[in-house]
Amino acid sequence: MLSIKNLYVSIEGKEILKGINLEIKPGEIHAIMGPNGSGKSTLANVLAGKEEYEVTEGEITFMGEDLLEMAPEERALKGVFMSFQYPVEIPGVPMVNFLKTAVNELRKYRGEEELTAGEFLKLMREKKELVELDTQLTNRSVNEGFSGGEKKKNEIFQMALLEPKLSILDETDSGLDIDALKRVAHGVNALRNPENATIVVTHYQRLLEYIVPDFVHVLYQGKIVKSSGKELAFELEEKGYDWIKQENGL
Amino acid sequence: MSVVAEKADLSLKYTAHYNEVKEGLLEDSADILNAPRNQAFRDFVSQGIPTRKFENYKYTNLQPAFIPEYSFMHRREPVEVDLNNAFRCDVPQLDTHLAYIFNGWFYDRGSQVGNLPEGVILESIEKIAHEKPELLAKYATLAKTGDDPLVALNTAFAKDGYFLYVPKNTVLEKPIQLINFLQAEKDAFVTQRNFIYVEEGANVQVISCDHTLNLNTYLNNSVTEIFVGPNASFEFYTLQNQHNSTTNLNSVFISQSRDSKATTHYATLHGGLIRNNLKYILDGENAEANLFGMAFIDRKQHVDNFTQVVHAKPHCQSNQFYKNVLDDEATGAFAGRIHVVRDAQKTNAFQRNNNLLLTDKATMQTKPQLIIDADDVKCSHGATVGQIDEEALFYLRARGIEESKARLMMMNAFAYEVVQRINIEPLRNRINELVDKRLKGEVARCHDCAYNCDC
Repeated sequence: MLSIKNLYVSIEGKEILKGINLEIKPGEIHAIMGPNGSGKSTLANVLAGKEEYEVTEGEITFMGEDLLEMAPEERALKGVFMSFQYPVEIPGVPMVNFLKTAVNELRKYRGEEELTAGEFLKLMREKKELVELDTQLTNRSVNEGFSGGEKKKNEIFQMALLEPKLSILDETDSGLDIDALKRVAHGVNALRNPENATIVVTHYQRLLEYIVPDFVHVLYQGKIVKSSGKELAFELEEKGYDWIKQENGL
Repeated sequence: MSVVAEKADLSLKYTAHYNEVKEGLLEDSADILNAPRNQAFRDFVSQGIPTRKFENYKYTNLQPAFIPEYSFMHRREPVEVDLNNAFRCDVPQLDTHLAYIFNGWFYDRGSQVGNLPEGVILESIEKIAHEKPELLAKYATLAKTGDDPLVALNTAFAKDGYFLYVPKNTVLEKPIQLINFLQAEKDAFVTQRNFIYVEEGANVQVISCDHTLNLNTYLNNSVTEIFVGPNASFEFYTLQNQHNSTTNLNSVFISQSRDSKATTHYATLHGGLIRNNLKYILDGENAEANLFGMAFIDRKQHVDNFTQVVHAKPHCQSNQFYKNVLDDEATGAFAGRIHVVRDAQKTNAFQRNNNLLLTDKATMQTKPQLIIDADDVKCSHGATVGQIDEEALFYLRARGIEESKARLMMMNAFAYEVVQRINIEPLRNRINELVDKRLKGEVARCHDCAYNCDC
């Protein structure tokens, strides 16, 4: 589904990613772990299409197409979804308008009929239950005045509405208490099927107790220095990142 | 011809014109309108047509607007258009007491004023000046001819406009709506003089819409004096939607008595050069003034909002909130003056101006000015000039919303903060719709208008 080959990325002339290789197949969950500053969020943002990152070398294909050639909205329409680490507040843009526009853009792209207001509200009610999002929140502007936990729930709620093929969860666990974490994980697991894949970007192993990955990759200084099964996450939790550094002679 | 000579020539042109029409101006007007005329013209001549050298007109040079050879609308002309037909292009479905002003003249014919509550007067100021001059005792007391050349010129030329009187404790359920049309056979200079008197405990909402009905060049110089009595409530919505060859010089003066509340709300959707002079005098304790405005301009349009709030008595509150969206090479200015006089203690004055520039060539000047002569006051002001928030834009795009659509959502969001302050729901919905069309680049003005003026 997703194939990253020899990816080099710079921001403002500073090289952040230095030769990333990664293959993701439908149905898989990949965790990308690593200490702060290792390039985890850069990778997530490059996949979502953030423009300030410059790809200097390498390629990314998604469903056989060149992802790097696509605008962010095109990526989204083809099924790439990023759950933001810091979802931005957009005063004046009502949640309902935003979500309805997003859902209908997607339906239009797929050649489906746009949803009427009534149909959309029904869909919204269904999906809200999945993450137990407070009903009042959808009456506000996008993310405006949401708590940290509510913002993250709102991301997964959008994921549920848009049913992406590839979801990238960028530090979705940061700032969540244990109940919210479980709720978010429950949402992600419920949305899982053999056709879609998930990349979980996280600093801690905690989230991976609830969203169990098939593969764990350790990103350090812009490179994937170790890849293994889920047991790697527990090992990291136990030994810390220094162990990886030593093992790699870094 | 040198610039200096041209300027002198320009003033001379207006002097010659005034001398030529003076007899006619005096002839069929009532004394109350005639009394200040000559002095007003002298005040105009001594001040001159504003250039950037005028402190109050630093960002707007009005000289070029006075150059065209205008015909002057000093006489009431028969209206040749079906105003009811023209009205389709305005704010429909609004249940209002409706009156038309055509080239500055108040028209009865075709008006839909309907049944006003007892004692309420909505009339031609010319007629009231003849029949009930006592109601105009305060005429030209707020708009002082020595303070501003536009006011001076308006007072010298003033023949008609609208007059609104709301007696004590009278509450109007429906808003008053005034539609100002410009349509002359030649390029025209239009003078409109209005007067509103809201008595103690009364409550009224007024909507004023400015339109052009053909492509001639217009200069519209209007002055409105408004008195809001004790404990009264007054809301004034101005919708400016005129073509690019229009100069709209709009001066509004409001005096508030104790415990009154007054709100002005400007929505500038289109126009060539727009200057809104707005002066509030809070002349009684516990008065509240709200000044809201938003403008959406592009190409070479220019909008300049100049506000003055005088806190003359203690315990008053004023809120100013203006937003502008500027595209292409449009230019804008906001200058907001707050003057707290001595002893106006416990004043609460707030001001904010936010601007969105959509191109590198659009420019905005913003200038707060606080003059505070009392010591126990709360004043705050803030201004921003910026571009669309790229983070927010990316967020919307990352959800599959196309860039242009996402930008539009952001611009609407920017405007929404001011739009939502319109208290008349159908008007708010309509303006929301017009703003959306305006931002989409569709011709917001008169989209279903019978007069297909492409401008």
